[in-house]
Amino acid sequence: MKNLWHTARLDIAESLRARWFLVYSLVFGGIVASLFAFGLTESRVMGFTGLSRMLVTYIQLSMAILPVFVLITTVRSLAGDREAGVFEYMLSLPVGLAAWFWGRFMGRFIVVFLPVFIAMLLAVAYGAARGAEVPWTHFFLYTALLMSLSICFLGIGFLISGITRTTDIAQGAAFFIWLLLLMFLDLILLGIMIQEQAPPGLVVMVALLNPLQAFRAGAMMIFDPQLIMLGPSAYIILDAFGHYGYLAWSLFYPTVLGLALGSIGYHIFRRGDLP
Amino acid sequence: MIRFDKVSKTFRRQTVLDELSLDIAPDDRLALIGSNGAGKTTMIRCLLGEYVHQGVVTVDGKDSRKYRTEVLKHIGFVPQLPPPLKMPIHELFRFSAAVCGSEVGRMSELAARLGLDMDEVGSKPFVKLSGGQKQKILVAVALGRDTKLLILDEPTANLDPAARQILFSLLAERINQPIIISSHRLEEVAGLVNRVIELDRGRVVLDDRVADAIDPGSAQNCELGLGRAEPAFAAAIGEWGFSPSDDGLTWRGEVAGPDRLRFLGMLSRYAGILTAMHLSGGRLSAPRGGNGTEGEADAAPQD
Repeated sequence: MKNLWHTARLDIAESLRARWFLVYSLVFGGIVASLFAFGLTESRVMGFTGLSRMLVTYIQLSMAILPVFVLITTVRSLAGDREAGVFEYMLSLPVGLAAWFWGRFMGRFIVVFLPVFIAMLLAVAYGAARGAEVPWTHFFLYTALLMSLSICFLGIGFLISGITRTTDIAQGAAFFIWLLLLMFLDLILLGIMIQEQAPPGLVVMVALLNPLQAFRAGAMMIFDPQLIMLGPSAYIILDAFGHYGYLAWSLFYPTVLGLALGSIGYHIFRRGDLP
Repeated sequence: MIRFDKVSKTFRRQTVLDELSLDIAPDDRLALIGSNGAGKTTMIRCLLGEYVHQGVVTVDGKDSRKYRTEVLKHIGFVPQLPPPLKMPIHELFRFSAAVCGSEVGRMSELAARLGLDMDEVGSKPFVKLSGGQKQKILVAVALGRDTKLLILDEPTANLDPAARQILFSLLAERINQPIIISSHRLEEVAGLVNRVIELDRGRVVLDDRVADAIDPGSAQNCELGLGRAEPAFAAAIGEWGFSPSDDGLTWRGEVAGPDRLRFLGMLSRYAGILTAMHLSGGRLSAPRGGNGTEGEADAAPQD
């Protein structure tokens, strides 16, 4: 346990020094600043609705940016370290493989989640200071959703890093998976549904197994409880899960998926050549 | 203490270790030599529990992969190529000391003994240091903790003669501890070891004992006479810290005990201008398990 924390701390320090982290933090800070710059006037007029709307926009943008950032930076640093001989040296020190793997997972989670969370927190604090009412329920649910999404894509990243041996292949695989998940958001699924006349329930199930879609629909449900924006799929989702059931699904499914994929990655890492 | 029992390792159909069997006793100081691709680094990685392989590698009866952490607690390792660590030195020391149960101060002290100014380099990223500085830091991490076994993969590759001499002194302080030193060239490490294993295509092709009368921690005085002054010689001998007489025909300096073969190898290139050579001093090695005697010995007077 002690070594797990030492490794996590090492990974956090390593990430804080990396350029990607600076860019990553600037992107999320920039999003919040831009949203305020363009939307605060409206927020002032509309009060609660304004801040709530800003959070919705922020969460949708996070969905587009966070997964690809997490995937690419994770596989780059892990596969890169292995390729460059960092693993050979660091793993010659008496640190257990579980502590090393999960310590890095934990450290990486902290550095990818905190900037997103802090940007959102600052937005809320600034909005509250300007007199807007803070939608705390939305805030906590969005926080939980972002945690869940971060864990999910970290799990995918750690799995790819466990399987691949070179940075190029790892990056290619990460990008491909991200594109695949992006493709299977509802637009393409609707197309498939229309063309192949597949049972709507099956298509929606495939969509909900996509962690990006699970997150997206969950985020929508927070401000649109009837999922009107989703169209007919909403009936299937609400019939199958119910409102709270689906919220729970969108929170827990990506988390469990991420941890499961991370565990598979760990299993592969543990059983193969380390350097 | 260490046993390799029919260890084989294959990478994409290429066999790097081929049913390698070897026993290393607790009082063995081993030179692992062989050409590139002979299997030295692979053998070390198997010993460190980093590779999966066929056969069994045990340290004190414990499988090096299955009981990785327990085994590695007692092994200090210096790799052949310094890893491109971006972390600053003090962070590397902090992490290493924490996981190894040692203290940062011990590692810093060793780095200072090796000639590093820790106030200057402590906050620098490891990757930004010169090759020699990196090597010294890795040696400090390996020696700055309690170990039962040292594994050094080409440890002197980037060190200047002065730093090499300090390294030899540090290793001489652990003379009763088993050491595995991997090197391309025996003359680099001959003075530090008492057993030589040569690998070729993953098999042991030579297993021999070495006897050296000179304590690896000591240095010998050396005086060289030349027939004529030669700039190339002056440059080469200058790297060994030798000083010339006024006419440039006599050079004096010190040679670390384990560096003698390497030094003589360098001198052989200038045999044509060399007229005299005298080596003197250097403590005699103690019998195994004892302390070094303080008596002096002429190693190879050749007036």
